[in-house]
Amino acid sequence: MASSTIEKQPIATSKSVERKESKSKPEVIIIQPVHGWSALRLGELWQYRDLLYFLVWRDLKGRYRQTAFGPLWIVAQPLFSMVLYTIIFGMIAKLPSDGRPYAIFSYSGLLPWSFLNDCLGSGLNSLLGGSALFSKVYFPRLLIPLSRLISQLIDFFISFFFLIVLMVIYNVQPTWGIVFLPVLLLLMAILGVGIGLWFSGFIVRFRDFGNIMGYFMRAWMYASPVVYASSVVPPQWQTLYHLNPMTPVIEAFRWGTLGSPAPPLWSIGLAFLIAIPIFVGGLYKFKRDERNIVDVI
Amino acid sequence: MTNPVIRVENLGKRYRIVTPEKRQVSMRDAAFSLVASPFAYLRRTLREPTEEEILWALRDVSFEVEQGEVLGIIGRNGAGKSTLLKILSRITDPTEGRAILNGRVGALLEVGTGFHPELTGRENIYLSASILGMNRREITRKIDEIIDFAGIEKFIDTPVKRYSSGMNVRLGFSVAAHLEPEILIIDEVLAVGDIAFQFKCIDKMEAITREGRTVLFVSHSMSTISRMCNRVILLDKGRIAKDDITQRVVPEYLTASYKVTSLREWDDLDEAPGDATVRLRRVRVCDENGNTVSSIDIRCPVGVEVVYDVLQPGHTLVPNLHFFNEESVRVFTVLDARSEWRHKLREVGRYVTTAWIPGNLLSESSMFVSVAISEYYPMVIHLMEREVVAFQVIDSLHEDSARGDYRGPLLGAVRPIVKWTTRALSD
Repeated sequence: MASSTIEKQPIATSKSVERKESKSKPEVIIIQPVHGWSALRLGELWQYRDLLYFLVWRDLKGRYRQTAFGPLWIVAQPLFSMVLYTIIFGMIAKLPSDGRPYAIFSYSGLLPWSFLNDCLGSGLNSLLGGSALFSKVYFPRLLIPLSRLISQLIDFFISFFFLIVLMVIYNVQPTWGIVFLPVLLLLMAILGVGIGLWFSGFIVRFRDFGNIMGYFMRAWMYASPVVYASSVVPPQWQTLYHLNPMTPVIEAFRWGTLGSPAPPLWSIGLAFLIAIPIFVGGLYKFKRDERNIVDVI
Repeated sequence: MTNPVIRVENLGKRYRIVTPEKRQVSMRDAAFSLVASPFAYLRRTLREPTEEEILWALRDVSFEVEQGEVLGIIGRNGAGKSTLLKILSRITDPTEGRAILNGRVGALLEVGTGFHPELTGRENIYLSASILGMNRREITRKIDEIIDFAGIEKFIDTPVKRYSSGMNVRLGFSVAAHLEPEILIIDEVLAVGDIAFQFKCIDKMEAITREGRTVLFVSHSMSTISRMCNRVILLDKGRIAKDDITQRVVPEYLTASYKVTSLREWDDLDEAPGDATVRLRRVRVCDENGNTVSSIDIRCPVGVEVVYDVLQPGHTLVPNLHFFNEESVRVFTVLDARSEWRHKLREVGRYVTTAWIPGNLLSESSMFVSVAISEYYPMVIHLMEREVVAFQVIDSLHEDSARGDYRGPLLGAVRPIVKWTTRALSD
């Protein structure tokens, strides 16, 4: 089916007329069908920055109104998993944790993992969740995953603050590797949101795909060093193991915070090589699916 | 050279519809379909649509709108009005053709777009207004005006989930009404809430249209359309059926949507409504000069002329007319009980009876007339034909009508000129 693009260009009028009419410059909007892939028009996002601000604000404010503990719930989920995993994997299965206390070890793995998971969810549910708005008013649809991503980042930093508390309790010193935290966050954001965006249109048509994605994420978690140290993987499998982009990310995160061994540099580079095409492709796929989403819902 | 604010060229939108499936009769068939349906669903969704699954919601639609024009869009449900609005407000994309809009577009298709129940009224104003295209500075400048218009100052810092539905609607409309785009696209659903607030909404919308902004207005209410729009586009099955001044399009819409015109004739006596005594031959709506008309100025008398053949002599016949407005309210019933014909026994032959409804009686609306011919003592209804003819009462806002110099909406099924007396009692 055809999809389309909307072009905007400044109208050719003299400056005096322009000022008289209104302060904002008059614009010409052309609505027409375009087949296949279309431009991302990222510049438009900047025009709508006020809306982005309000969407993030709505997300944060709406979520924790009328809850007794408010933003503490953000910490509760990784914290609960930490306690559970500490009992099951740390105390019963006795999985290795690079010689760190298992609680802080698993929390420092769960933190980046849940960030990736949330980023993926932000991308995946953006079309489905935004449909009520999409069918009533026009705005750049990318604002929805973008605003969700920003609130996930805020959530991450709240959970991260709790990690610092744990580090003080367990007397763990961070290393200089912590300066790479923004790089890791960027990598996880583009990887997670990218995968999510790829399937955001698909999940609108086939809602049960969300369940499949859930199983996939669970499998992926156990294929990443979240609840165990990557040192348990036999040496001959290490290269293969590092093809998983989340392996070096979690290793690097633990390197910066807990002083665990750093991942090989090539694996981080490879992770970016995987994530960037997924992200860029996801953006275009989203743009393509978003065009006619109102007709599908 | 005038540059049209909106130019629409051959706009079309194709939808895919799901064709009904065969019903499962036996238990075994039903069980089979349960297993097979996911695959059938996949197959149906992924393959190209077949002929019968394609629906053109809009096709070959072209028109231009000049600066400051207030264009009404009317049509039955499914005629393509919403699709057109959705394309022009960029919610969905056309399948073919294009539209060029010169200026910022504001679309009001829903009240309270983007409201979050946990946020307060004030917070939701910021949210909804920014979704509708206002920036933070504009909102801050206008927020007092918006709160004031909604009339809910007391509750403005309460979460909207505690609001009554009426308060929600007031707040939503108030936000929408304070947008200032160059092109405004309005759906009639905006006029909601209690009567007093509806009144305020329509008043505000009319004020907006008088500000010289270009407005596209969709409505089912012919009286609102007649009052607000100078030009109307009638859509039928996705195509433009008529594009002309309001007075010409509105009557045509009535014809198209209700299959009712201002003139009905029965050429064949055997098929004409009636019985062995009397049969209806022609009914028409006319003005004082005897011309058949489909719309009438609110100040002018309008005649409903009934032509009928009496087939058996010796009956006293009482033609009676039943007037319904567009909200299906029976406005009044009249019967020919006072003329010299009331007690006359009719000869066989053709008769013409005309009822003259005085000017300044009906309110602006579409009027549907049902025609009956009865006999009393004993009571016999020889014929009763529903909604035989229709006409439109148009309020042209003249000061010698019941409204005087007031220009806002006047609700009610009738609008008589009444005598007013006032005495000062103070001295």
